[in-house]
Amino acid sequence: MSTSRGTKIALSIFAIIVFGFVYIPLSVVLINSFNAGETLSWPPSGLSIKWWQRAIDNEGVREAIVTSVILGLIATAIALVLGTLASLALSRFRFFGQDAISLLIILPIALPGIVTGIALNNVFTSYLGGLTFLTLIIGHATFTIVVIYNNALARLRRTGSSLDDASADLGAGPWTTFRLVTFPLMRSALIAGSVLAFGLSFDEIIVTTFTAGPGITTLPIWIYQNLFRPTQAPIVNVVAAALVLISILPIYVAQKLSSDSERGGGIM
Amino acid sequence: MVNPVAISLRGLTRRFGDVVAVNSIDLDVLHGEFLSLLGPSGSGKTTVLRMIAGFERPDAGTIELAGTDVTMTAPYARDVNTVFQDYALFPHMTVAENVQYGLRVKKVAKAERVERAQAALASVRLADYEDRKPAQLSGGQRQRVALARALVNRPKVLLLDEPLGALDLKLREQMQVELKEIQREVGITFVFVTHDQDEALTMSDRIVVINEGRIEQIGTPTEVYEHPATAFVAGFVGISNLLDPVTAEQVIGRPGTWSVRPEKIHVHLSGESAPAGHHCLNGTVREVIYVGMSTRFVVDLPAGGSLMAVRQNSEGSTDLGHLRGQSVGLSWDERYEYQVADRI
Repeated sequence: MSTSRGTKIALSIFAIIVFGFVYIPLSVVLINSFNAGETLSWPPSGLSIKWWQRAIDNEGVREAIVTSVILGLIATAIALVLGTLASLALSRFRFFGQDAISLLIILPIALPGIVTGIALNNVFTSYLGGLTFLTLIIGHATFTIVVIYNNALARLRRTGSSLDDASADLGAGPWTTFRLVTFPLMRSALIAGSVLAFGLSFDEIIVTTFTAGPGITTLPIWIYQNLFRPTQAPIVNVVAAALVLISILPIYVAQKLSSDSERGGGIM
Repeated sequence: MVNPVAISLRGLTRRFGDVVAVNSIDLDVLHGEFLSLLGPSGSGKTTVLRMIAGFERPDAGTIELAGTDVTMTAPYARDVNTVFQDYALFPHMTVAENVQYGLRVKKVAKAERVERAQAALASVRLADYEDRKPAQLSGGQRQRVALARALVNRPKVLLLDEPLGALDLKLREQMQVELKEIQREVGITFVFVTHDQDEALTMSDRIVVINEGRIEQIGTPTEVYEHPATAFVAGFVGISNLLDPVTAEQVIGRPGTWSVRPEKIHVHLSGESAPAGHHCLNGTVREVIYVGMSTRFVVDLPAGGSLMAVRQNSEGSTDLGHLRGQSVGLSWDERYEYQVADRI
């Protein structure tokens, strides 16, 4: 495709503006986390790791991180089991109400989080004896299941059912077929889905607000609570910077996995 | 004594919604025979194969393998193996792992399955490809891996679902010969689904012609080709050459629809006369098609319809294009004309 010189310059400027809007604030957060001043004044008066030190020493931060990690892991584990089973059922069997069930599984991700949050909150507080850590896990599972389900279903549709037929034809029962053929071919899709599901759970704030039991503080909730306290602001900044650095890894892994499976996952 | 029937189908029926894909089929496949299911796409031939393999449950009828009713048996409990149209090789396994798969799930000892897989790969001339992944193979090589993966299990029956469909012409012809040789060596019953009449005629001991879920004819390649039982078979196997009842009444003197194969029809240029014992009629050459080994004539008949005649280009000038539009005589030995039913 050939583009005129003017178009090229215009497109380049747009690209720079867009990237600038996304990445300059992130850079400011990263640089500010090493700011030696007490009030995050710009430009930084000097470089220091004292805020990092204080963030690590801060019990509230540590507890919030542990809560979020445990929550994310459990919500992802539940989603792995249920999302995988649902994708297998809907891709490998024909039954009454199939399309309706598929829609019902996907719907929570399209619904505004605040609607899901209020609905779950009503049910939990009115009928199930109030909010706990368990209700928070259930709240998060509503959207993590969709992520795993979508990833697994896309993979299953692409590999098709003829490999399952071939396995059965060669004498393998349903469980052996799943263990030796279906699951190995789904594995990379499930890992990518899990990374994404964990990430969604880790930074979720709306559903969390409505479903977390009293005294349970996830990392996003902690950040939100401390964002406007001047004394805590530098620590919030450090947490944000740490999250930026930590997020790069899973996104890189997920991208690598899905591009690998583009080459190796299809039917031969 | 061994039961001579490897597969026995009785009243086999399969419906998809309102469509009857397979309509009450009765068929006996004999031990060690190469049997082709031949029909156009959508005729139900693949559905018959999938029911024998166990991937589809019949709505009615029974399937027996070597005298045992397997109608309701799961695919993995049937002593048949399938070569799939898309090969269905496991992409995450090497060629050797693919071929060993059936032995592995049947808990055959590792040493034995390695040895048998090597022998199977050697028999399809892929001995050096054990460590490759299917993605690294050509279409023909994948096809042979699929064959080795099925044969290594020494099934009583091998089912082949258009296994040569994805190959180019040269490779397909080569594989036809190889498949036939392998079948003769191992002596396994082959049920071969194809829509390619040449393939069916070349390879089969018997051909089952299927159309719209029903069997039109069962017979040896010679029988099916030379004595087509129905108008459909006459048209589908070989080139359609039908004499409508009006023309048949005039030329043959008997009613009904008749068929004559194009290569049995002689074309007489002006002045030549038909030998004794031949039926003959005149027509106008509409088209002259040069196809290398032979020349095809499409001749319009005076009472409507047309016949195709094939003339071998074995001698003399083969440029017969000037005959277009001319009147010629057609004749054939009356032994080669066959009455066909519109439907059995």
